[in-house]
This record gives sequence, C-alpha cells and structure tokens, in this order.
Amino acid sequence: MIINHPLLGPRDSVEFIYLGDAELINRPNWQGKEASDEAIDSAIGRFHNYLYLRDNPAGEHKELWYHEQGDRSWLVVTRNTINHEIVKVELAKDVAGRSKT
Amino acid sequence: MSQVNRIAKGLVDKNKPLTFEFNEQSYQGYEGDTLASALLANGQRLIGRSFKYHRPRGIFSAGSEEPNALVQLRKGAYSEPNTRATSVELFEGLAACSQNHRGSLKHDLMAINDYFAPFLTAGFYYKTFMWPKSFWEKFYEPMIRASAGLGKLSGEPDPDCYDKGFLHCDVLIIGAGPAGLTAALTAGRAGARVIIADEDFLPGGRLNSETFEVDGMPGAKWAAQTVQELSTMDNLSLMSRTTVQAAYDHGIYSLLERKTDHLASSSGKPRQILWRVYSKRAILSAGSTERSMVFANNDRPGVMLAGAVRAYANRWGVAAGKQVVLFTNNDDGWQTAYDLLDKGIEVPAIIDSRPTVSLKAPEGVQLFSNERVIDTRGRHGIQSIILSNGTNIQADCLAVSGGWSPNVHLSCHHRGHPQWDERIHGFVPGGELPPGMTVVGSANGVFSLGAAIESGFEAAKSIVGDLGFAKPRETPPKAEDEPAEAAAFWYVKESTGRAWLDLQNDVTSKDVVLAHQEGFRSVEHVKRYTTLGMATDQGKTANILAMAVMADCSNKSIQDVGTTIFRPPYTPVAIGALAGRSRGENFRPVRHTPSHKWAEQAGAVFVETGAWLRAQWFPRTGEKHWRESVDREVLQTRASVGICDVTTLGKIDVQGRDAGKFLNRIYCNLFSTLKIGKVRYGLMLREDGMAMDDGTTARMAENHFVMTTTTANAVSVFRHMEFCHQCLWPEMDVCLISATEQFAQYSVAGPNARKLLQKIVDPEFDISNDAFPYMACGEINICGGTPARLFRISFSGELAYEIAVPARYGHALMEVLKQAGKEFEAVVYGTEALGVMRIEKGHAAGNELNGQTSAQNIGLGRMVSVKKECIGNTLSHRSELNKEDGLRLMGFKAVNAADDFKAGAHLINPGDASNTENDQGWISSKAYSPSLGCVVGLGFIKRGHEREGEAVRVVNLLDGTDIEAKIVSPHFIDPKGERLRV
Repeated sequence: MIINHPLLGPRDSVEFIYLGDAELINRPNWQGKEASDEAIDSAIGRFHNYLYLRDNPAGEHKELWYHEQGDRSWLVVTRNTINHEIVKVELAKDVAGRSKT
Repeated sequence: MSQVNRIAKGLVDKNKPLTFEFNEQSYQGYEGDTLASALLANGQRLIGRSFKYHRPRGIFSAGSEEPNALVQLRKGAYSEPNTRATSVELFEGLAACSQNHRGSLKHDLMAINDYFAPFLTAGFYYKTFMWPKSFWEKFYEPMIRASAGLGKLSGEPDPDCYDKGFLHCDVLIIGAGPAGLTAALTAGRAGARVIIADEDFLPGGRLNSETFEVDGMPGAKWAAQTVQELSTMDNLSLMSRTTVQAAYDHGIYSLLERKTDHLASSSGKPRQILWRVYSKRAILSAGSTERSMVFANNDRPGVMLAGAVRAYANRWGVAAGKQVVLFTNNDDGWQTAYDLLDKGIEVPAIIDSRPTVSLKAPEGVQLFSNERVIDTRGRHGIQSIILSNGTNIQADCLAVSGGWSPNVHLSCHHRGHPQWDERIHGFVPGGELPPGMTVVGSANGVFSLGAAIESGFEAAKSIVGDLGFAKPRETPPKAEDEPAEAAAFWYVKESTGRAWLDLQNDVTSKDVVLAHQEGFRSVEHVKRYTTLGMATDQGKTANILAMAVMADCSNKSIQDVGTTIFRPPYTPVAIGALAGRSRGENFRPVRHTPSHKWAEQAGAVFVETGAWLRAQWFPRTGEKHWRESVDREVLQTRASVGICDVTTLGKIDVQGRDAGKFLNRIYCNLFSTLKIGKVRYGLMLREDGMAMDDGTTARMAENHFVMTTTTANAVSVFRHMEFCHQCLWPEMDVCLISATEQFAQYSVAGPNARKLLQKIVDPEFDISNDAFPYMACGEINICGGTPARLFRISFSGELAYEIAVPARYGHALMEVLKQAGKEFEAVVYGTEALGVMRIEKGHAAGNELNGQTSAQNIGLGRMVSVKKECIGNTLSHRSELNKEDGLRLMGFKAVNAADDFKAGAHLINPGDASNTENDQGWISSKAYSPSLGCVVGLGFIKRGHEREGEAVRVVNLLDGTDIEAKIVSPHFIDPKGERLRV
C-alpha cells in the first residue's frame, strides 16, 4: 500500500507501523485527585471501553499508522478495509489538537 | 538420433547449435529453442512420470502452463526440481533429467501404482490404509510419500544469489503479445514512462507461434520490428524473461526477472531479481491459455494442446508427430491443421465435436464432425485413437483444442470474481479489478487478432490521455480477424476409462464425480478434497474442465459453480528470490556496539539480544565451562571492580518546558519533582495497568531529561512516547529523540569503582561520595577534555556508575578503563554475570516484566501515583489486579544448598499434590550465585509478601524434580542497599 504522508508525500506502507483504531486518540478523563470510589469505578469503565472495545467496520476506518522508518509522525489514515483505498491522511497531532478544542 | 522432427527453420538460429543432456544422453538443439522444443525435435516424447500413478507423460503445452513436462534442471547444488521444460531456454551444456520414477524412465518400477488406481482415488488417504492403525505412521505414510511426488531438492544451500529492486512507471503492461506490444508502442510514443514485461524470452506472444500477418508482414516480424522501435525509447523498458507474479494494492506489482537462468553459469551475478513496481496504471495483456477436453487416456505422451502443436511447428520448426490428428470444438483448432499441412506434416483427420462445421476440410484430411475421441492407445506414447463411432485412427500425436481461457489471474488478485462469457465459453475478468487495471486482448476474451490489437491501442490511448500526455493521432496496426467460433464441449461421456482433468496432480473426472457423490459441492471443497488445481501449475489447464464436470454433476451452470480464488504467484517463485540478499549473515541487520571489536579481541562469547550482539562472557585460558567465567566475573566485580558494556540500553532524550510533566504521565511515579543532577528509577505501565518497561531517568537540566529503557523495549517505548505526545497530549512542549546509538555507555561497578573512575575523570570534577552521591548525575570531562555523562546508578547492587561518551569514543574508553583498572585487577563482564548480579540483588528484568505482571506483582504497587494522571494508573485500580492473594515477586532458595532448579518450575505448598489447582506461582529467573554458593531464584507466589520464611516446593514435572525451598526476600545480597551508598 502507499500512504500519502501529509508532509513527505507518497510513501510505501512498509515504512510504517500499524497500531489500529484512531479512537485511541480520544483518551478519557482519569478519575482525578480526590476521587470517590464511584468516580474511580466510572473512570475504570471509561478506560475499559477506550482500551478494549473497538468497531471493526467493513468499509471506511480511521486508523493510526506510525512512520517509524521515516519522520516518526503518527498519522490518522482513513482506509477502506474492503479494498484498501485510502481516502484521507492527516497528522495525528492535528486530529488530536482538534478533538481537544 | 538427431533432430528427426526438425522440419523448418522457425525462429531458432540454425547457425548456433547447442549441445544438451537429458537423462545423461546427449542431444542437439538450437539457440532459440526451449528444452521442450529441443526434446521434441529429437523425437523424445516421454519426459516424465506422473505424480500419483507413475503414468508416462510427455510435453503437453508450449508455455508456462505446462502440467506434465517437469524436469530436474542442472546438477549438484544448482539442481532445481519441477522446472517446466516448456519455459526453459536452451543453453550450451544444459543438463536435465526426468522426475518421479524408480529405475529408468521407460521402465519405472513404480508404474505398478497405476494398477492400484481404484485404491488411490480422491481422498484415498482418509479411507484406505487405515488398518491396522499403527501402520499409518510407520509404513503407509512413508510408502506413499516415497512413491508420490515430483522432483527432489539438492539438499545443499542454493549457491546462487538473488536481488530485489524497485521501479516506478506510469503504465505497466503485462504481456508482450500483439495487444501488449501495441499498447506499449502507443503509450511509449506518447511519452509515458512504460514498463512492459513478458515471461517469454522472445517478445511477441502468440505472434511468434502463429502465421497471421500484422501491417502486411508476418506477425513475428512485426513483433521484432516493434521491439526494435521500443528499444530506442528512453521512457520505456521492455523486460523479457520477466513474469508479473502478483497485483498488490495501490498499483504495486511484483515482477520476477530471470537474469541468468538462460545461461550456463550465473558467473556470480544475481540469478533472479524480484522487482516491486509502482505503477499509476496497468494494462493486463496476459493472453489466454488453451484447454484440453476430457476423454479416456487423454494423458498419454503425444496428446497435446493444438495451439502448442502449431507453436512447435511455426516458432521452433518442430513436428510434434508424423501423423497429427486434430480433435477440436472450435474454429481456432483448425488453424493447427492448416499450419501443419503447410509444413508438410501429415494430418490424417480432423475430429470436430460440433454437429455442424462451417469450415471445409483441406484436401486429404478426413473430417469427422459431430464425433468425439473416446480413447487412446499406446504404451509410452499415443499410437492410435478411437472415435465415438468406433473408427480407429493411427496417430502419434493428437492435437486437442477445447477452446481458450483468458488469463484472468492478475485481474482477480484483489478477490475480484471472473464472469462467465457465453460467447467464448470461458471466464473473463469481472467484478472489481485492481484499481488502475485495464484488461485487453485475449485476456479479456477478445480472441481475434485484429480486435485484440485494437483493444490494446484503445486502452493505451485512453490511459495516456488520462495521465495528461498528448493523445496519439496514429491508427492501430492492421490485422485480420480470423474465424473464432467455438462451442461448449467439455467431456466425452462415452469414455469409460479414466479421463484426466489435472495432469500434474493426477486427478481424473471420476475423482470429481466421486467428490460430488460424497457431498463435496463447493468448488473450494472439491479442490481440496481431490487436490485438483493444487499442483505447481495451479490447474491452469485443468480448472475449467473440472468446473464443467462439476456443473454437469450438480446441474448448475459453470458460472454458478464458480472459480476458486486466484492467489499469487502466477507461476512458482524460488524461495531464494523472495529472500533476496536476506540470508546467512545478512538475514537481518546486526547491531554492534562501538566497542564490539574490543570485546571480540578480548575473546568474548556473544549472544543475540534483539538485533544487538552483546558479550555474554569473556572466557580466560583454562576455563572449560561458561560458569567458571561467569562466576569469576561476578566475584571479581563484587570484590574489586568490573566493567560492562551497557550501550544497548535504550536512551531517549526528552527536552522541553513540559518535559517533567510529560514524564509524569509516561511513568507511574513522579518525575517533575526530580532535582537537576539526580537520577530516579521509573516504572512505566501500559494503559491496561500492566508493567511495560522500567529504567532510570536523569535530569540533566530544568528542561532536559535522559531516559534509559531496557534493551528489548528501546524501540517500542520510544514509539509509545511519540504516540503519547502526538496523539494524546500534542499541546505539551516536549521533544523526543532516540540517542541509543549516539552514546557508548559502560557500567563500572564494585567497591573500587570510584577509585578507578577518579583516575580518568578530569580533576576539576569531584566525584567523591559527598559531591556525587548515590543517584547523582552530571556532565563531566574525562581523559583531558573528552565530554562524558556520569550516572551513579547500580544494577549489580555494588557501588556503581554508568559512564556515557559519544559513540566514537566507545572503543577508546573501553581500553582506557581496562588500563586504569589494572591496579584493581578490574574484570570485564558480560550479560550473563550482569544477569547473575541482578538476580542476587533482586531487580526485576525481562522475565519479570513479561507483559502479564502489574506493579503490585513485582512489589512496586506503591510506586503507582494516584495523585497525577499517567498511562495505566486508572486501570491498575481494577480489583483483579489488586487482590489480597495476588502474586508477589519473592526470592527462593533451596533448603539443601546443593539442589538446583529451573526457571519455569512451579511452586507448590508442602504436602499438596503437584497439580494445577495447587499451583502457587512460578520461578521466573534463577542463577547460581557464586557470592552465596548456591542457586537462587526470583519468582511470583501468591501472597508472597506475607510469606517470607515459609517452606515451598519447587516442582518441575518436565524433568521430574521436586525440591524443598524457602521463600525469602528477593534481595539476596545487601538488602538494605548499604553498598550502593558508600
């Protein structure tokens, strides 16, 4: 596959490491300093969902790729899991920055 | 016997005779011959024995689809089994032999298998040879394996070398037949960057095998002329002897180029090159493959594809027989009769299965229309054929044409399903093609020459337009559209004998019918049950015939039966080509530390740790056992001082205003509070709360930390930290860089460590205990101005330092340390002594941080800060990870000091049965401690922290040992850490 790196242009996928679902960017809030038991339990629930529950769509999927043999950018690649068509590639830090604001 | 069947010149060079060997007999052929054409020219019809029944077999086709004529090519270590004689280019001195027979090829002792055929049907190994049960492994299986099979491996390493390469183009054209060459000409002239690849050594495809004209000249001449023009184009590369093996994603194709296979010797040059081609567009002009028809004994030498028979006559000037009978269901088959008659070869009869035939039989040829061949006779080759009307015709060659099947393979590599085309009675590319691919010519079911050429032209024209090149104005080359009518006729139902579908795997129509009767209905199941299409030719000439038989059994259409999935590679690829240069010592990159040579000279025994080679121990003269060396290294370090290369530990430079805050989130313990000039141990968790890695991190300046990781996790920790920064906290001002390879780092450990270092540290730097206490760090100079970093940290439990210098000084520093250490009898130690000392000290390492242990398990539960956000601390609160009776890391010592135990042994309470229910934990690391004179172990045991002093058994059911032991503190030496602080 060829991934069109936003900074470096088209690069072969062998230069990248695949991580998985880009939902990993949306890390939940932790329980906070003076958390009650209930707060800790609900934080555990949020982190449990964050860490273990994944959608596995047949179709477009946003996923994280790391340009390990390159500039070390983490990328959010929107890829069709059926035919491997890549429709969008963004820098993960831009996506993460947007999701925080 | 000398080329008795050579009749005309063809495209071989009669001025260049070549001598070759088949089964140790010498023959002659010409340059331009394949091994198959040369053998046929010499009248050699019997080429090998079949896979299962050891039936005599000859040449069946004239291309890479060949199922029968497989030979063992070359000799000794160069010997290669299962080489298709039809694809092997003849060279001077070529040596080949036939395969799969015991005794001579003609009198194969294993031919008796043919008489046992009723016992060897589809799935026979599931049904017969079952009793007595014990016979299978010792008798039946070895016997079947010995009698079935193809060629043999040399058993020696492949002496050739192989290469890999990368190419880029606008248009990749697959196949240099009439459509492909036309497309190349059009795209090339328009200025596009073109690669055109063809598996043959002579570009032109069927043009070289037919007598058709293009642009008013013989097709082969037009092809040669076109190739001439293409070779003058700088933007075009014509790769002959190159097979496109696979279509991958995004226009990437895999090509195998055979560089020296046609030469007597590769002369040290790469034999084959595996190319990875990046294309914007691809044109598939791979042509089509002729198929046979199914009738009894259709596998005898002399039964050949009709297109191959005329290819041998036209291209190689070879008569496949003296009396060639044609059996066809289509117009194209007739061309064989015309061409052979033209060259003076006798064609006694044409048998056409069609009820009405519009073509007229040439003079002297008897036409049997609406007739079928029901059987053949002949021992080592065909002698006569029998028709459905009972007629017996003498013939030494039967040319069969069951129609042509487009070579759709590459169009299906993205799991596209080919579509049945009633017009040609074959599958054409359909469904989703690989993006960017256009299929032209007979690969797309366009069978007549004129139309094929035009389809190549039109495809290229449209593609160059799309890619922004000027559209060509010329018109396509002109050629006739020959008659190409065909009828659906697959198998002769009057035949009672065995009729072959898959010649290579010896699968007959009866096997497919039997599979159907036994309930195997899906084409994929029938394939696996009968092994049809699973041989090295992947059923190129067999699959469609089998589908027709299946369709008939189940009253379905062939479209509904469907094809099996087409998978790469198109033709077999040598493992060596896939490996390329990655073999032997180049199998993968090896990392050496800067003082590797020093260690080598010091006689180190090395061990692989990931890609690194690390010194394991340094044997001295007279030491016979590794333990002697390791014990000496440990004792001398603890007694005086030892030096160890620790360069391979990961080093990550962390800088920025938020560096401290960032590390707070990476490690479970606090780092923002670390003072400048100090080092702290850090434990890193995964998000699930399990321990990920550990190490020490030093604060060199307010906004500058230097982190160390374990050797094994250096890469993954850095990747994880980049993830945390870029994906989770991009707002943090922090920069990361791996500095593992930039610094050479050495541990100097032992009571005399400071004294040794004081000799090389420049005098203005005070490293006394007061000025540079335990866990101090700083930038210093050594040896009169060489910059270095000094960390007072200890893995061994002794007074110890780690000193880092720019990598280029690593070797020199090792020499300096050794020299300075002479007066203390400093010892250099390897990873084994390092491991012994860390076990004695009770430090967790890889065996303990195995991804299944939490901070609590390794006794560091209290390090997990609850006051700050960090990776893993939320989920580390899960109740299962905080059980009262959870596993704890403890030390273990045999009650009887002479007893030994192994890592991996289980811990069982005294008196309990040694079973899973009573399992208390396990030993994770163990070593012989020369300091204590006994074996010591680290391990995990339930409620370990409350059980110090208790008795436990170390049980190993694998070697039957059961040892009494005591649970002790994991810190076997200096539990209070006094030695570290002196």
